[in-house]
Amino acid sequence: MSDQVLAARPRPRISLRTWLKLREIDGVTLMVIPAVLFVIALFVYPFLYGFVISFQPKTGDWLANYRKFFSDPFLYDTIANTFRLAIPATLINVLISIPIALRVRRMDRRRLLTTILVIPITLGTVLIAEGLLIYLGPQGWFNRTLMLFGIGQVRLVHNYTGVMLSLILSGFPFAFLLTLSYVTGIDPSLEQAASTLGAKASARFRYILLPLLAQGLAINLCLSFVQTFSVFPSAVLLGAPAGATRVISIAAYQAAYEQYDNSMASAIAMIMGFCQLAVVIFILSSRRFFYRGAAGGGKG
Amino acid sequence: MNARNLAAKAPRNPFAPQTPGERLWAFAIWAFMIFFILNFVAMVAAVVVNSFGTRWLNSWLPAAFTTRWYVSAWNEFQLHDVLIVTFEVVGAVVVLSGVLGVPAAYALARRNFPGKQFVILLFLLPMLIPPITFGIPLATVLYQAHFAGNLSGVILANLVPTVPFVVLVMIPFIEQIDPRVEAAARVFGAGTFRMFVHILVPLLAPGILAALLLVLVRTIAMFELTFFTAGPGSQTLVVALYYAVYAAGVRAGQSIDAMAVIYMLTTLVWLLIALRFVDPTQIVTRAKREAAH
Repeated sequence: MSDQVLAARPRPRISLRTWLKLREIDGVTLMVIPAVLFVIALFVYPFLYGFVISFQPKTGDWLANYRKFFSDPFLYDTIANTFRLAIPATLINVLISIPIALRVRRMDRRRLLTTILVIPITLGTVLIAEGLLIYLGPQGWFNRTLMLFGIGQVRLVHNYTGVMLSLILSGFPFAFLLTLSYVTGIDPSLEQAASTLGAKASARFRYILLPLLAQGLAINLCLSFVQTFSVFPSAVLLGAPAGATRVISIAAYQAAYEQYDNSMASAIAMIMGFCQLAVVIFILSSRRFFYRGAAGGGKG
Repeated sequence: MNARNLAAKAPRNPFAPQTPGERLWAFAIWAFMIFFILNFVAMVAAVVVNSFGTRWLNSWLPAAFTTRWYVSAWNEFQLHDVLIVTFEVVGAVVVLSGVLGVPAAYALARRNFPGKQFVILLFLLPMLIPPITFGIPLATVLYQAHFAGNLSGVILANLVPTVPFVVLVMIPFIEQIDPRVEAAARVFGAGTFRMFVHILVPLLAPGILAALLLVLVRTIAMFELTFFTAGPGSQTLVVALYYAVYAAGVRAGQSIDAMAVIYMLTTLVWLLIALRFVDPTQIVTRAKREAAH
């Protein structure tokens, strides 16, 4: 009975329009909808679709694609091949970028250097592959210079080294610019304080900079890894696509465009995505062993 | 040389290298940097020299120089058609990603609606996940919808990373604009559309220009998505270059390099224009900053 009384009591009525307005949903908010629908239709849906059809193989039961992938060394070896390229390349790019960014941040002509380093990122991997084929080839300038110094000819293309060098050439500038943006976000007075208290450069790095950089470096490692893990043009053009640099993207490409098996190709794409996700989660979860907090007086 | 400059300033700069170990370390850093840039410049120069060379065997430079490879590349690779396709794709991608991205960025910058974090995540993912990973399922869907294999499919595929890119780059630009300017326009009776055209677009022009120029540069160089969705008549320059290098030996190497030079020029001209409006580190960091939160 008391319920009825409660129900009958006049409540302050608000219109749907006001109710939405209180949650900041109005004409302006609706402008986000076309872009959201676009991303759902052409990114989320294809991903889910690929996930579903990877379980609908041409022949066999629902797991047949994955079973085939993990029982055929020609296919499952591609994972190891990709990791063998991606992990060293990522570590080299990110680790070298730290000391260089720490020095460059105090440089006057920083803009010039960053401009030069944007060029390899912009030109892209196809052009870098073609350039390195000529430059590092048996008659290229690099080998000629080596011979000038009395070092014999070194085979640098159509093998693992060629792909690795192309990953460094295109990946290092990216890792460097990212590290530089994190390094410049650190308040220099923190380091000056440590210096005043007598900390040497190595101690300043170990106890001031590294803890503040840890978060940025984790993100840098993730992004660099994901990029190198999906290497494709240079692995084909500059590597040995049937041998040491047969990476997982080549297997996915061949399944889709040479065997016309979209289901298998989607399964390989899902495995590729899963490997990337696993490494990203690993990196981000090891991040909690480091300090997390503000990198400086309101600047970071 | 720069290391010495830094050392010369030692009294003023407390971080300048002082001990021999620190000087060696500073020297090693500059040596690596110079080695890296030198090799990159030499690589680009090798392509340019080869594209102008006649015969280049067992010597530092080609026997003689000629421009005929540009003529043959232009004819052999149908560069006229390829360039038209490239600019059609790039133009459409730039316009559409602006039309879709800027209003969405405005909504995200001005309103705090429920689920906003989710929407931002939705825009981050296509930028963080590499095109190779989502390209094959995307191409499958586009082929089934009969888009792929022609221009529309290439344009749609290229929009997937660029629309979120425009959204994420534009949000901070819009947040800088004083909302009272918009309120004033509202007071004078402007609807959302008129306010957008007469108030926001002029105020945001530098930001929109920067974002769209970066989209332009990225789209010219976007290999994977175009490669997966292009048919014979819808190849862009970078995909045509890939096929030429892949089938090296079919055509003269100098012809391929002539095409590579044309590709570099198309990309770098726009990059230089773009760099007049943006700080190069932004190209890498804008979206990643968001990811850090």
